[in-house]
Amino acid sequence: TRTGSRQHTQGGGVETKEEQEEKMEKSEQAAAAFPPSFSVSEIKNKQRRHLMFMKFKQEKRKQKLQLKKKKKKEREALGDKAPPKEVPKTIENQRVYDETTVNPEDEEVAFDEGTDEFCSYFNGLTNPKVLITTSDRPRGRTVRFCEQLATVIPNAYVYYRRGLALKRVVPQCIARNFTYVMVVNEDRKVPNGLVLCHLPDGPTAHFKVSSVRLRKEMKRRGKEPTEHSPEVILNNFSTRLGHSIGRLFAALFPQDPQFVGRQVATFHNQRDFIFFRFHRYIFKNEKKVGIQELGPRFTLKLRSLQKGTFDSKFGEYEWVLKVSLSAVTVFFKMQEELCCLI
Amino acid sequence: MQHDDVIWDIIGNKQFCSFKVKTKSQNFCRNEYNITGLCNRSSCPLANSQYATIREEKGQCFLYMKVIERAAFPAKMWEKVKLSKNYEKALEQIDENLIYWPRFIRHKCKQRFTKITQYLIRMRKLVLKRQRKLVPLSRKVERREKRKEEKALIAAQLDNAIEKELLERLKQGTYGDIYNFPVHAFDRALEQQDEESEEEEEDEEEEEEDDEDVGKSEFVAEDEVEESDLSDFEEMNKLRTSSDEEEQESSEEEEEEEMEVETKASKSKGKSPANGSAARKKRAYVEIEYEQETEPTPKSRAT
Repeated sequence: TRTGSRQHTQGGGVETKEEQEEKMEKSEQAAAAFPPSFSVSEIKNKQRRHLMFMKFKQEKRKQKLQLKKKKKKEREALGDKAPPKEVPKTIENQRVYDETTVNPEDEEVAFDEGTDEFCSYFNGLTNPKVLITTSDRPRGRTVRFCEQLATVIPNAYVYYRRGLALKRVVPQCIARNFTYVMVVNEDRKVPNGLVLCHLPDGPTAHFKVSSVRLRKEMKRRGKEPTEHSPEVILNNFSTRLGHSIGRLFAALFPQDPQFVGRQVATFHNQRDFIFFRFHRYIFKNEKKVGIQELGPRFTLKLRSLQKGTFDSKFGEYEWVLKVSLSAVTVFFKMQEELCCLI
Repeated sequence: MQHDDVIWDIIGNKQFCSFKVKTKSQNFCRNEYNITGLCNRSSCPLANSQYATIREEKGQCFLYMKVIERAAFPAKMWEKVKLSKNYEKALEQIDENLIYWPRFIRHKCKQRFTKITQYLIRMRKLVLKRQRKLVPLSRKVERREKRKEEKALIAAQLDNAIEKELLERLKQGTYGDIYNFPVHAFDRALEQQDEESEEEEEDEEEEEEDDEDVGKSEFVAEDEVEESDLSDFEEMNKLRTSSDEEEQESSEEEEEEEMEVETKASKSKGKSPANGSAARKKRAYVEIEYEQETEPTPKSRAT
């Protein structure tokens, strides 16, 4: 009986809907003289509201299509005299100029860079020596990721963590002349975080790691990377923060890349996501270059930058990522225009 | 009156006890005053009017005792004695308080006290070690970030960016002399004023080098061989008439000539017209190159 009654009401509802639609249309036509005083959202019945909204959308789509066709015809008719095509707005086009963008000739910046923690590297005094480790009890994927990272970064050593506290690891590394400690954090058998600590009291950066592709998961990949030191490409690190992060990455690799190896490691910053790629390139002629992806690839997103070495309690944070649940904030802290470092 | 046997008969065996937890092999007792945690005749705090337990609060151990004299006053039923932090002294305290009590309760109390002190020690040690902090992920945020990352990847156009950067570095000359691409060198030569003399000198050098390559066969790609100026039109006509014979006869020579053309083309685009070896025509994947200076056997020119 219940279902019967429901059907009855449904049937009745449909009929009434159709009637209502006709009425609406009539009222719309009649109301062409004065502006309609109803909006789709005021209809209380959900089904009917949904239907009206669908119709409204269809109308809009039709109008858009007609407009497009008209424009196309006009453009064809004008031929050469047609106005240039409008460029669609992208985030990159609409970027507001950020005051913290670094001007390459800025004296203050140059002075800062001359005296900061990386100066010894950039002056050629120290060679990078990287220690790669994981969080406790790493699973196979993380271990393989660390091994592949060690092949990409020359002069890198992988060590098992074995439950040591990072605060005790750091002085030991300093004693053995390491310049970097990289800790790959693991969650649910997958690497998801990276702590990059520059050693003689350098800055500590904490990244979120996502979309890790190991070497064997790559399509059309080349052979194993050789022992040659790769070149480094750093794209779009143009604000002050981006600059310091860029130097952090640059100091991972030795200063003199071996061009014979034809390998290049790229850190590309786009909308605050840093994409890491490792390629082998070959110049076919001076206008064309072919690249073949070799090594692992992953994306990083900076979560926090700390001034000293790793200290979660008392550290001085230079920058912390703030996550807002409600409104979508679109401030890109690390990127402005293209600014490439070698 | 407190009839322990009757109570046990009821709650232990026949009817319901709310503290009892039954599993396949064991019965457990969830009563907080139970000394062993099992559901037994001797361990049930409800069915024993004289009973004692050890319980700990915030790292402090207490001895609780229940006697039949206070069975009528539930609020004052349990006597609480604070035990000392020293293990041996606490054991003596237990002995002293439970003197003349049944052996079972005394033994079990001491056992329980030992266990409690052991786990308290372990807790204190663990606090000093590294604590794993669980950071909760917000699903909404994660979903949003994933989408943003995908869009950023598309916007990045990584391959193009990398290729552009590499080509720029090549142009700026960071690679030094490793890659010798001729147009670059040619452009530089154009900028300088004494072009022609340089070309002539290099022509002679090229010819000498070419003679060395004669006789060796090399596989040559078609694409790189470019058609130069059609200055020598006569040769083109001759080519058309006398093609077939030449193809059969002078295959090797063609190869050599192609090779010479190849080396010349690879060295400079613009220098070939100066050489005069212009007329080249692509025909059925066979290219015939005629050189005016070093003309091979007249076979190739026979009509």
